[in-house]
Amino acid sequence: MPLRAKVASSVSRTAAALSRAAGRGDGSVIGGWIGLKIDPDLLAHLAAGRAIALISGTNGKTTTTRLTTAAVGVLGKVATNSFGANMPTGHTSALAKAGSTPYAVLEVDEHYLAQVLESTEPHVVALLNLSRDQLDRAKEVAMMAQLWRAALVKHSDVRVVANADDPMVVWAATPPPNHDHRITPPHVTWFSAGQRWHDDSWVCPECGSTIAREGDQWWCTGCPLRRPEPHWTVEDDGVIDPTGAWHKVKLQLPGKVNLGNAATALAVAAEFGVRPVDAVLKLSSVTSVAGRYAQVERDGRLIRLLLAKNPASWLEAFDMADEAPTLLSINARDPDGLDTSWLFDVDFSPLRGRQVLITGDRAYDLAVRLDVNDVPFQHVRTFAEAVRAAPPGRLEVIANYTAFQDIRAELDRVL
Amino acid sequence: MSSESLRIVWVYPDLLSTYGDRGNALILASRAQRRGFPVEVLEVRSDQPLPATADIYLIGGGEDGPQALGAQRLIADGGLHRAVAQGSVVFGVCAGYQLLGSSFFAKGTKCAGLELLDLSSDRGPTRAVGELAGDIDPRLGLPPLTGFENHGGRTHLGPEAAPLARVTAGVGNDGATEGAWRGKLLGTYSHGPALARNPALADLLLRWATGVHQLPPLDDTWSDRLRAERRAAVAAAARP
Repeated sequence: MPLRAKVASSVSRTAAALSRAAGRGDGSVIGGWIGLKIDPDLLAHLAAGRAIALISGTNGKTTTTRLTTAAVGVLGKVATNSFGANMPTGHTSALAKAGSTPYAVLEVDEHYLAQVLESTEPHVVALLNLSRDQLDRAKEVAMMAQLWRAALVKHSDVRVVANADDPMVVWAATPPPNHDHRITPPHVTWFSAGQRWHDDSWVCPECGSTIAREGDQWWCTGCPLRRPEPHWTVEDDGVIDPTGAWHKVKLQLPGKVNLGNAATALAVAAEFGVRPVDAVLKLSSVTSVAGRYAQVERDGRLIRLLLAKNPASWLEAFDMADEAPTLLSINARDPDGLDTSWLFDVDFSPLRGRQVLITGDRAYDLAVRLDVNDVPFQHVRTFAEAVRAAPPGRLEVIANYTAFQDIRAELDRVL
Repeated sequence: MSSESLRIVWVYPDLLSTYGDRGNALILASRAQRRGFPVEVLEVRSDQPLPATADIYLIGGGEDGPQALGAQRLIADGGLHRAVAQGSVVFGVCAGYQLLGSSFFAKGTKCAGLELLDLSSDRGPTRAVGELAGDIDPRLGLPPLTGFENHGGRTHLGPEAAPLARVTAGVGNDGATEGAWRGKLLGTYSHGPALARNPALADLLLRWATGVHQLPPLDDTWSDRLRAERRAAVAAAARP
């Protein structure tokens, strides 16, 4: 590593430690920011010599990154940005902090995938899904898919592991060959992790025709774009690998969604040569991910935290949650997106029959939504009031980003 | 009402449903049902013909590509024009509002609109993102408008269209006026969704569609609280 990069890396680690000591979060953003100021190529320097996997998509990237890190851990030490700091500052900080490791698994904000591909030259990129998220500032879904596609064309040597169930992802992962520039599309391994949310992929990104669906299958009614045959699939409580062998997956994380994330992790790890039979054992060691799925006992209530940031992830949270009293908390601060209209894209009817409590800065938006959804609820002002309002036993908490962080802080930064 | 039940058509949810636009259909249907009107909600995708005999048509928001495609298909279909000629109610939001006019800009290109409202839209200097509030045209007899806007367009009204509201916060059409209406056609930049934040506006559409001038009041506790909270938030943001 050049001297400038060494200095930058060391200062970055110190800044992160200071930030943590000062109680200002985990320090991964500030540390990376300072490091990149000293050496703009620091991320590339830190990435050099490591076999890297990038994990990107709208939902599931933090959990999939955690599972993939566990799976690749079969081979040796793995650096990872386990705090969800998923922009280049976070990557820089994570790699600086980890020191020398043969492997790295990095969660990447979907908007930064092109940039991080460029600086880290990864061995494999996993593309999970694309759906609407924070509409007041995020790029539209089709434009995001276009950015991914354009980035992948420049990296035909990277291995791609992509979701066969999401038309936007399939289109992004399969750029056309460009014979003039001798560009061939990258090799793609397809996984099927299921997709509950379809409302951002009714229109073909290639030709604008309608996408038809039947069972697991989907196809464009106007051009050849259709669901590729997946190499990795989920069946019962296990994953089927490309050879057809079924592996039981014992996860401590709830829901079918996480079984899909496990399949993705196994597929990514396999690109490094990890055998699924070895990797599955590692997956069961993952208990919670940056507080998500964490269980905390408080006053006889067994509280479980689920993060749901956008319509697609709310549907997944309902799938993961037990039929138990449920607290929903909604904020609309900057990291959440300021527009709460998306609440009407979520069907809350799975919650009928459960005790539903609501709180958060924007609880009234949620109240109007639940009212028209025929879901009875009780409004509470604070998290403590919610805990008192629920009977002893399981309390599911589903919250969007800053609401989740608020509750996590109340529960003393559970991990 | 054209038949036994109140027929609400949600126009092209495959293209124009970016900002919780389903909410407007849900609120409208719920407020009609709670007054005892049988309701039928039809979701008509852009590859299906648009029935011309429904009572209320809802057109939602969308990004540039889907907006241009939606306008093209609506013009080619002709169903909405026939419905308007027969006196149906049309409620357009954001992209769905712009395309009711004579022209709008999408992906840098001027696109033909449906020419149902006397207005045209172009690009503004900045994107308008944030809370939107205004005092509604007194002739409509409604409480103030509240919503959330997110658009890059500016809309210019001709003499045949009246502004829906005078802007008190946000941008709307041009920083001075917001939305437009004529007859039983009404458009706004407000999401939230608009009818969830403005139940009185939903009732106006229902009165237009049913011809019933006095609708029984409903329990609006939660939307009243939401409106009060948003009004307070806008006032707090305006304070120096």
